[in-house]
Amino acid sequence: MSLETTYPTRWRRPPRMLRDRRWRFVVQGAVLAYLVLAMGSLDIEWSRVVEGLARGQRFVEGFLQPDFTSRWSDIRQGLIESLTMTLTATVVGVLISVPIGIGGARNLVPAPVYGICRTIIAVSRSLQEIIIAIFLVAMFGFGPLAGFVTLSFASIGFIAKLLADDIEEIDPRQVEAIRATGAGWWQVLHYAIQPQVMPRLIGLSLYRLDINFRESAVIGIVGAGGIGATLNTAIDRYEYDSAGAILLIVIVIVMLAEYGSSYLRRFLQ
Amino acid sequence: MKPTLVPPDAPTTYADVWTFRTPRARLALWFGWLALVALFVYCWQVMNADTMWVFVADAPGQAADLGSRMWPPSMAYLPELMAPLWDTLNIATLGTLGGVIMAVPVAFLAARNTTPSRVWIRPVALLVIVTSRSINSLIWALLLVAILGPGLLAGVVAIALRSIGFVGKLLYEAIEETDARQVEAISATGASAAQRLDYAIVPQVMPAFWAIALFRWDINIRESTILGLVGAGGIGLKLQASINVLAWPQVATILLVILATVLVSEWVSARVRQAIM
Repeated sequence: MSLETTYPTRWRRPPRMLRDRRWRFVVQGAVLAYLVLAMGSLDIEWSRVVEGLARGQRFVEGFLQPDFTSRWSDIRQGLIESLTMTLTATVVGVLISVPIGIGGARNLVPAPVYGICRTIIAVSRSLQEIIIAIFLVAMFGFGPLAGFVTLSFASIGFIAKLLADDIEEIDPRQVEAIRATGAGWWQVLHYAIQPQVMPRLIGLSLYRLDINFRESAVIGIVGAGGIGATLNTAIDRYEYDSAGAILLIVIVIVMLAEYGSSYLRRFLQ
Repeated sequence: MKPTLVPPDAPTTYADVWTFRTPRARLALWFGWLALVALFVYCWQVMNADTMWVFVADAPGQAADLGSRMWPPSMAYLPELMAPLWDTLNIATLGTLGGVIMAVPVAFLAARNTTPSRVWIRPVALLVIVTSRSINSLIWALLLVAILGPGLLAGVVAIALRSIGFVGKLLYEAIEETDARQVEAISATGASAAQRLDYAIVPQVMPAFWAIALFRWDINIRESTILGLVGAGGIGLKLQASINVLAWPQVATILLVILATVLVSEWVSARVRQAIM
C-alpha cells in the first residue's frame, strides 16, 4: 500500500469565512442583486449634478478663503451659545446620569430598579438628538435652552449606559473587602466602587463634552440655537465663505477638545 | 549612625482617624468643584440671557397638547412610508460601502506601521479623518444638497463622507495594534511590501474591520433616518413634510417606524457580529 496521494503543488489561501463554496456563491449573488437594486433606486439626475459642480467649486473656494469678518457678530453669538450649551448640558447630563448609571448596574441594585433605569437609558439612546430637538423647540420655543435640554437628554443615555456597563465589570473583591468591614450600601459605593470607576467617568464626561459640542452644531438647523443656526443661515444665503469659516472654527474647536481631553485624561490617571 | 528608613520630612504625629484623602488633595478637589460650579452658573446665565421664560413655563402644557394631537398614530399612513424606508436603508448601506472603500486607504496611510511617510503623508491622513469626524452627517448633507441637489445621492455621499473619519480612525488604531512578529515572519520569507500587507496585516485586522463596518452601518441607519430634514431623501423627507403641515398623527407613525428600524438594525448587526466573530 502506498501512502502517496496527490497534493496540490501550490498552497492556496483558505477562504476566511463561508467555507462552503455554494454558500459563498449564494451570498455573493445576493449582495450583487441588492447592489443593482439599490443603485437603481438612486435615480441620479446628472444634469443637476453638473450644474451643482460649479456651486461645489465655489464652496471649495469659500472653504479655502474663509470669510471670518463680515458675519463675525453672528458667528460669535452662535459660538457663545454653542459653548455655553455644551458645558451646561454636559454637567447636567452627568449629574442625572450618575444615579441612573448606578441604578442600571445589575450587581448593585434590585431587579425592578435595574429595569427602570435600563428603560430610561434605552429610550434616551434610541431617539436621535435632532428629533428630540424638533419637539423641544416646539415646547420651549426657539433658542439655546431647547438645545440645552436636548443635549442633556441625549447625554443621559450615553453616559449612564457606559457607566452602568463599567460598574458591572468592576473587581468584586474590592466590594467584598469593603463590605467585610461592615460598610453599608452607601459606604460600599463610596469606598469600593467610586475609586474604580471615577477615572472612566471623567473620561466619558470629557468625551461627551466633545460630542455635545459637535451635536450643538447640528441641532441649530431645527432652531435649537448655537452655531448650527448660523451655519444654516450662511448656507441658505449661499454665503459659502462664511459657511467655510464656521466649519473651520468647528473643526479647530473639536480638534482642540480632542487633544485637550486626551491630555487631561492622561493627567488625571 | 544607623541608616534610617524614615524620610526626613515625615510627620512626627499621625492622625488617629484614617481619612480617604490628604488635606491638600481635599482642598484641591473642593476648589475644582467650586470652579466647575462657578463656570456652570456663568454659562447658564450667558445662555439664558434671551430665554423667554413664559414659553418655558408653558412647556408642560405644550407637551400635553402635542401628545394628545399625536395620539393615536395614523396607521393608514404606514403603506406610504415603505418606499422612503427602502430609500433610507439604501442611503445607509451604500453610504457605508462608499465610506468604507474610501476609509481603508486613509487608514493604512494613517497607521504608524504602514504609512509610507510619517512626516508628510500621516498628518494629511489624520487631518482627513479629523475633518470628516468633526462635521456631522447632517451638515455634510446640508452642503451636498446645495451642491448636488436634493435627493438620495446627496444622502449617500453625506453618509459616506462622515463614515470615512469614524471607520478610518478605528481601523488605523486596529492596524497599529497588529502583532509585529507576524509581519516579521512574512518578511523573512522574502515577501514584498504589498505581500506583507496582504498576508501579515490584512488577516489580523479583518475581524476588527468587519466589526467596525457593521457598527458604522448601524449608526448610519440612525443617521440616514433624519437626513431628509435637509432634503437628502429617505424617511426624513416625510417627517419634514408631516411636521410642516402639522399632521401630528403622521409624525407619530413616522417616529414609530424610525424607532422600529433602529431597533431591528441594532439586532441585525449584533447577530451578524456574533456570527462572524
